[in-house]
Amino acid sequence: MQPLEQPTAPDAQEAAQAAAIGIDQSAGDFSYDIKYDYDAGNGLTENTVRYISAVKKEAPWILDFRLNALKTFLAKPLPTHWATRDLENIDFEKIRYYLAQGQKPKRTWDEVPEDIKKTFERLGIPEQERKYLAGVEAQFDSEAAYSNVKEIVAKQGVIFMNSTEALREHPEIFRKWFGKVIPTSDNKFSALNSAVFSGGSFIYVPPGVKVAQPLQAYFRINAENFGQFERTLIICDEGSEVTYMEGCTAPKFSTATLHSAVVELVALKGAKIQYITVQNWASNVYNLVTKRGLAQEDAEIKWIDCNIGSRLTMKYPGVVLKGRRARGEVISIALANDGQHQDTGAKMIHAADETTSTIVSKSISVGQGRATYRGQVYIPKHLKGCKNNTECDALLINTNSRTDTYPAITVRGDKHATQHEASVSKVSEEMIFYMQQRGLTEAQAMSLAVNGFINDLANQFPMEYSVELKRLIELEMEGSVG
Amino acid sequence: MHTLEIRDLVVALTETPDKPIVKGVSLTIKSGEVHAIMGPNGTGKSTLSKAVAGHPDYTITGGDVLLDGNSILEMEPDERARAGIFLAFQYPSEVPGVSIANFLRAALQARLGEGEDLDAVGYYKSLYAKMDMLKIDRKFTSRAVNEGFSGGEKKRCEILQMAMLEPAFALMDETDSGLDIDALKIVAEGVNQLRGPKLGVLLITHYQRLLNHIVPDHVHVMYDGRIVKSGDKTLALELEEKGYDWLKTETAPAVS
Ligand SMILES: Nc1ncnc2c1ncn2[C@@H]1O[C@H](COP(=O)(O)OP(=O)(O)OP(=O)(O)O)[C@@H](O)[C@H]1O
Ligand SMILES: [Mg+2]
Repeated sequence: MQPLEQPTAPDAQEAAQAAAIGIDQSAGDFSYDIKYDYDAGNGLTENTVRYISAVKKEAPWILDFRLNALKTFLAKPLPTHWATRDLENIDFEKIRYYLAQGQKPKRTWDEVPEDIKKTFERLGIPEQERKYLAGVEAQFDSEAAYSNVKEIVAKQGVIFMNSTEALREHPEIFRKWFGKVIPTSDNKFSALNSAVFSGGSFIYVPPGVKVAQPLQAYFRINAENFGQFERTLIICDEGSEVTYMEGCTAPKFSTATLHSAVVELVALKGAKIQYITVQNWASNVYNLVTKRGLAQEDAEIKWIDCNIGSRLTMKYPGVVLKGRRARGEVISIALANDGQHQDTGAKMIHAADETTSTIVSKSISVGQGRATYRGQVYIPKHLKGCKNNTECDALLINTNSRTDTYPAITVRGDKHATQHEASVSKVSEEMIFYMQQRGLTEAQAMSLAVNGFINDLANQFPMEYSVELKRLIELEMEGSVG
Repeated sequence: MHTLEIRDLVVALTETPDKPIVKGVSLTIKSGEVHAIMGPNGTGKSTLSKAVAGHPDYTITGGDVLLDGNSILEMEPDERARAGIFLAFQYPSEVPGVSIANFLRAALQARLGEGEDLDAVGYYKSLYAKMDMLKIDRKFTSRAVNEGFSGGEKKRCEILQMAMLEPAFALMDETDSGLDIDALKIVAEGVNQLRGPKLGVLLITHYQRLLNHIVPDHVHVMYDGRIVKSGDKTLALELEEKGYDWLKTETAPAVS
């Protein structure tokens, strides 16, 4: 096991800063030459699916679920009739669908294999865990290498483990909702995930339990030509509350990497789920993720989604407002730098009276970067007293940056209140000069302008994340100004 | 002791370099001095000050600007700012979402060396002291720079920035316009407090009344891109009385 690159020892302060929440892509641009004990090889056939299922010693119903999904995946065309044709450049035959050193995550960092442990240490995960997290799952390629939840949280009956373990140990809890919020056939990539999924978090919070500190998962891609397909299912029982945060990075390879997750949230009566993503993928990652929550009566689901990096991100977190007075919220920040396309947005499906949804999307396009907002809000005729508020703001840094907005708000019936605002603004030369005149470099001025643009949203994040987001934007802007 | 020397400066719009707006201006400001420039609308006063600060809209097609004997024309606007040149804008930009406190903090941080960190406690102390001096409500620290500010509030915010950044030279472009009578006094008092052996000021104004409060050492009249007359503070009074027309005839030969 030879490290590709010896980890350099940055000075202590710099390391501590970079490690704030471990999603700094430049700090994440390293990989180790791991010897994988389990490798499904390149390409996707029925055998690939059977291999994954066998390695995980899965129940027959899961294998059936996977095989059906494979058929759906193969039958579905790429959605290029509305999405970018860049999807056609994904070479499904080249991708490696399963790579792991083992299936059972370790409960202490000391047991984690050396190079994998080093990876997460460089990303600062164990340190954050000590500081402010209730539990951590650290996934390395296909499987979680480490998974632990603090004892006081476990004692409350909270289950926090990876999908492999959870489906084996608690099928009675998870099977009921597995694949119910996002059916296999939702889209081509949800079908792909359903066929080859591995890793991801399964969380159950018992009635009335409010988990005080966040649970965090970290998804790390290490191998080249790899596809990461984690599957996350969070069930909050009646009146319970949880905040879940995920971070992701990958090293920069010359070939494309695929990340295609499925995340399902279930908030039962009066429950609250807050799901925070800050991802900063390397610029050759296809990030095609399906995320949706189901909110029962008086429940609340809030997605906070920050997308930085990747070659193409397609992600539209959604909430199905199934119970009366359910609330859904999506806060989305996307930064599309040169050569990147952030195709992001939100879906709000109102399915009960007096349900409320809010979408706030802010995108920033830099250089040749392209940001697309795609929204879907649906309020059927037979309901009454529903509310939606959609706001999408785009900021263009250069004249050749690009932004498109497809809001699609369908409201039937007249007993609802909806509001939609959209704006496109440019960072003006005058404003940059004004800031430069105060002594800021052009890059500092740009990043301050961008941080100002998202300021009201970033303030809603937990502190560690908003600080990290600011820093990431600074790094992105530094790289983009000549 | 510093010197800012503007030498035979010719300035044109970057897109039309053959049509000068400023047509050969020479002016030397030393630390401790206050120079006032007056002149009709559209004669190039703002252009002159923005060109000295390095605004990309303008190209310098002749002459030079020297700070302590060294040309600054090759320097980026932010390098000029850090070297000690401050421009109080006639029309200050809004910076949405960026609070005054964060903006000034970033500006001061930009003046420190790598690895040096601004002392947050000392920073706020000095910020509050200067806001008190300019009678700016402390609530303003959390407001976004110039966003939704009244005309007078913007001008006061410019002086606050100047007070915090402690430049060697301040080019103040119509800082008095938009100020009510009380605000004018407050701003003038602020400038007078900053005035001293360490600061040189170029004051662009249309009105004598500002010069009653900030008494200049020299007054220059700019007309059609040139300085056509210089004198002491009495020149401003003369202009107030006679307007600019008499200069056309009186100074025409001296201009060429
Ligand atoms: N960016 C610009 N684009 C087009 N024209 C400009 C620009 N800047 C200056 N000018 C022109 O140059 C001339 C001088 O403008 P400037 O703003 O320097 O005048 P000023 O002396 O400051 O006038 P005022 O007293 O009205 O502020 C004007 O005719 C103006 O229209
Ligand atoms: Mg002017």
